[in-house]
Amino acid sequence: MYFTLAWRNIWRNKRRTFITVGSISFAVFIAVVMQSMQKGSYARMVDTAVSFYTGYIQVHKDGYWEEKILDNIMPLDEGQISQIEGVDHVKLVFPRLESFALASKEMNSKGVVVLGIDPDKENQLTNLKSKIAHGQYLQPNDDGALISEGLAEYLELGVGDTLVLIGQGYHGVNAAGKFLVQGVLDIPSPEMNSGTVYLPLQRAQWFYGAEGLISGYVIDVQEQNMVPGVTAELQTLFDSEIYEVMDWPTMLPDLVQSIELDYVSGLVMLIILYFIISFGILGTFIMMTNERSYEFGVMTAIGTQKLRLVLIMFLEILMLAALSVVVGSLLAMPLVLYFNANPIVMTGETANMYEKFGVEPIIPFAKDPMIFIHHAAVVFIVSVLLSVYPVVSILNLKIIKALKS
Amino acid sequence: MSVISIKEVSKIYNPDKIPVKAVDKVDLEIEKGEFTAIVGPSGSGKSTFLNIVGGLDNPSSGAVVIDGVDISTFKESALIDFRLNNIGFVFQSYNLIPVLSSLENVEFIMLMQKIPKEQRHARAIELLKEVGLEKHLDRKPSELSGGQQQRVAVARALASRPKFILADEPTANLDSHSTENLMGMMADINKKEEATFLFATHDQRVIDKARRVVTLEDGRIVKDEKR
Ligand SMILES: Nc1ncnc2c1ncn2[C@@H]1O[C@H](COP(=O)(O)OP(=O)(O)O)[C@@H](O)[C@H]1O
Ligand SMILES: [Mg+2]
Repeated sequence: MYFTLAWRNIWRNKRRTFITVGSISFAVFIAVVMQSMQKGSYARMVDTAVSFYTGYIQVHKDGYWEEKILDNIMPLDEGQISQIEGVDHVKLVFPRLESFALASKEMNSKGVVVLGIDPDKENQLTNLKSKIAHGQYLQPNDDGALISEGLAEYLELGVGDTLVLIGQGYHGVNAAGKFLVQGVLDIPSPEMNSGTVYLPLQRAQWFYGAEGLISGYVIDVQEQNMVPGVTAELQTLFDSEIYEVMDWPTMLPDLVQSIELDYVSGLVMLIILYFIISFGILGTFIMMTNERSYEFGVMTAIGTQKLRLVLIMFLEILMLAALSVVVGSLLAMPLVLYFNANPIVMTGETANMYEKFGVEPIIPFAKDPMIFIHHAAVVFIVSVLLSVYPVVSILNLKIIKALKS
Repeated sequence: MSVISIKEVSKIYNPDKIPVKAVDKVDLEIEKGEFTAIVGPSGSGKSTFLNIVGGLDNPSSGAVVIDGVDISTFKESALIDFRLNNIGFVFQSYNLIPVLSSLENVEFIMLMQKIPKEQRHARAIELLKEVGLEKHLDRKPSELSGGQQQRVAVARALASRPKFILADEPTANLDSHSTENLMGMMADINKKEEATFLFATHDQRVIDKARRVVTLEDGRIVKDEKR
């Protein structure tokens, strides 16, 4: 009967209930949609950056990440690779040699990033093979190169053409080499797509005069949440005087910071929204309480304990909150699911920001049930906090005064 | 032993500013089965007195003994439970919980007494029959006339099997026909069930039904006649 009573009570003033539920569910809707979009875009940024470039963790010679020069590289050590492989939750370990060069064809040239890779393992992390637009993927003993599509267009290079790389090698030697373009890659990161060359590791080592040397190990981990644990363990394995073990947030501080900034600015907006809505909810609670003081007076007179009245009022408040959360979530769900399946394509300013971090400017919404749960929790917590008013006024109700109202 | 035993009860409002002696050293004994009216002009202290007898308000001094229990020193929560189990109330108007039907309103008080569902349901129906509302069990208060609402209130007051029923001007908002009906019904119940009624009124038709009439003036009993 208490449930029936509470349920009927919230429908005593249908208009007010509609307005209250409407405004709370509107806030939930905005919050869920906004955060699904944010989380989706962050996941995509991180995913692109991590899975296409950094991996979750890397080990380099100390100082390499700060200053990516060939003097800061280190010897490839199979023993270290098996050591890393022995750490729990490590999925994949492979070496890379990364440096810069000038790519040219006839009179045109362009600065590029050269990545010496283990073609097979690199593909396991980055799915590079699937990005081949023309030509063939690399084999470990190939002599040729893969170039990004942007570079191919800029230098008017195609499969079968010869790419000339000129640069500075290990210990300042001159580096120069000719490479057959074996394949052209369509890389989703606009920055990388404009100028990247992939060589098999040994060819890159030969080119830079850095036989047996690498810029570091790239490590993939089973799940993102295992990164801190694996990083910590690797830090005990590698002497921090000589090596640096870096997780992806350390390697990509700009990305992490810009995500945090964006998240916080969204959060501030939501807090303001919830704050405004809270006033509306409080107003409803005040009306729900005050207009019933005579009724509460009668109920206490005939023998209803005040705690029971509080319970009934509390049930009403929980019902309003639950109703709002359900309505808000039901409104948000189709939108979130739709944009999860059909990502929004960004243009203008926002697109530029994405491209700055080497991410294709599209936003697939995250369909994370935690987002819904979080905002449901926010609504319930706000309601419970605001229910202090009805609770206190019921507990302070003076029966004679109430009966005279 | 009297059902109600009032000893030297006084109530002074605003004791610090301009004191109003609403009830002034009243003694009164009410026996089981009485059908008693408290009468007197407006402002004579009827409501104040009834509120004190019903444990809704504390006396400034004196003792309120209900069935041998002095309730004048009870704490709020104990007083609420005492009222639930010992006193039935009928107010002037808007007695009922608006979102509950007649049946539910009568059941509600027994729900608080933790009476099992079947039992309270059966008793609620029986009582509503007794007050002539068996056809309106599922009506909400807003779908009932003022007189019908008061009958539901009487049924509810009886439902908890109280020691006595207090009614403060129960007919004040009723027309003469409904007043006759309600008073007749209350008198019947009083006879049939030996239910004790104490009501305040200044309506002559109501006074005529009473078997004992206690007259208040300026908070004092000036007349107490049995018929
Ligand atoms: N809460 C109060 N504060 C001050 N004076 C009051 C209060 N309630 C009643 N009174 C005064 O007490 C006296 C008795 O009032 P009341 O018991 O309501 O009389 P009745 O019910 O017979 O009309 C009146 O003079 C009234 O003005
Ligand atoms: Mg009065």
